[in-house]
Amino acid sequence: MKITKTKAFNVFFKPIWESNPISGQILGICSALAVTVQLKTAVVMGLALTLVLAFSNLSISLMRKFIPRNIRIIIELTVIATLVILTDQVLKAFLYDISKQLSIFVGLIITNCIILGRAETYALGNPPFLSLLDGIGNGLGYSQILITVAVIREFFGAGKFFGFQVIPDTFYAAGYENMGLMVLAPGAFIAIGLIVWLQKTVSKEKT
Amino acid sequence: MENLVSIFLDSVFVGNILLAYFLGMCSFLAISRKMETAIGLGLAVTFVLSITTPANWLVYHYLLSPGALAWAGFPGIDLSFLKFIIFIAVIAAIVQALEMIIDRYLPPLYMALGVFLPLIAVNCAILGASLFMVERNYNFIESVVYGASSGFGWMLAIVTMAGIRKKLRYANVPKGLENFGISMIITGLMAMAFMLFSGITL
Repeated sequence: MKITKTKAFNVFFKPIWESNPISGQILGICSALAVTVQLKTAVVMGLALTLVLAFSNLSISLMRKFIPRNIRIIIELTVIATLVILTDQVLKAFLYDISKQLSIFVGLIITNCIILGRAETYALGNPPFLSLLDGIGNGLGYSQILITVAVIREFFGAGKFFGFQVIPDTFYAAGYENMGLMVLAPGAFIAIGLIVWLQKTVSKEKT
Repeated sequence: MENLVSIFLDSVFVGNILLAYFLGMCSFLAISRKMETAIGLGLAVTFVLSITTPANWLVYHYLLSPGALAWAGFPGIDLSFLKFIIFIAVIAAIVQALEMIIDRYLPPLYMALGVFLPLIAVNCAILGASLFMVERNYNFIESVVYGASSGFGWMLAIVTMAGIRKKLRYANVPKGLENFGISMIITGLMAMAFMLFSGITL
């Protein structure tokens, strides 16, 4: 059996592109946009979300046989909130500047629909290892969109890539100006709309 | 007083919780297909926000913030790291209680809001407003005004969106851009329109 046909492979790679949580399933856009002005914050946010998602999926899947159905939402929320508190404390301790920039959006990972959605639809019915892979896969899919949007916004909005200037000074001297729109909120909406358009068109051609 | 008016204007227009901070996007996109449901959800969010934001202010300032437990004899304790889990519990409890109270005493309102109330507990706008309230150091009165006006701003945005989407049904949208893609771009254009208010100073 080829590796691309195994279940684990599919569980891991499908959410990264084909059934991407943001552009395919329209989940978790709430926190996706505000952190994408700079690439740096987007990367950290993507990482934080991937970690929380992977571990919440893992622990909920480990407990799935003991969780009573009626109170499952509150148990899931408690697990997620605990993981988010841990992430927030770690960020505050080691990456203080970035955690200030992310401000409330780390806390909002709790209400991010991706995490609760994956716990509900996947982790409650599947074994721990597959759930962990599913969590990481979805987290990476989310980060991928976040990073794409951030690259576009940082490039057009500030002429930078990861904080380094990439548009040469001669351009500015010749009258080139940064696009202020991209730094503001509307830029994020429009960028993500265009990415979804691109992705849908590409994946339609494939099948 | 001026302060309160400027918080109101800021959270309805310039710092609209949906269009400038992207909170509550999930339900915004899912529920804005029909006008009636958009109005219902908008009212429910405004209602819940005006109650939970001040409630969380009380919880934060009397239980969680550094030194807040001085009245109980523990002045050195800082529980503010617990705010995420406590806030979400307070919100879920209030939403549940509201649902029961409205069902008992105001059946017509329950018919209008009923379906949406449980959904609200996981709406990021609600938790987001509480967290912003802590971060911006509002006092109690300010947090009441902030909660109510950001709820109103959210409602304004979702109702406008429902109106636009109704008209959009007759438009010829390119394949692949339908539904989600075009909604994002429209929201972007709306956000631009709302930004125009940023010139207002009091």
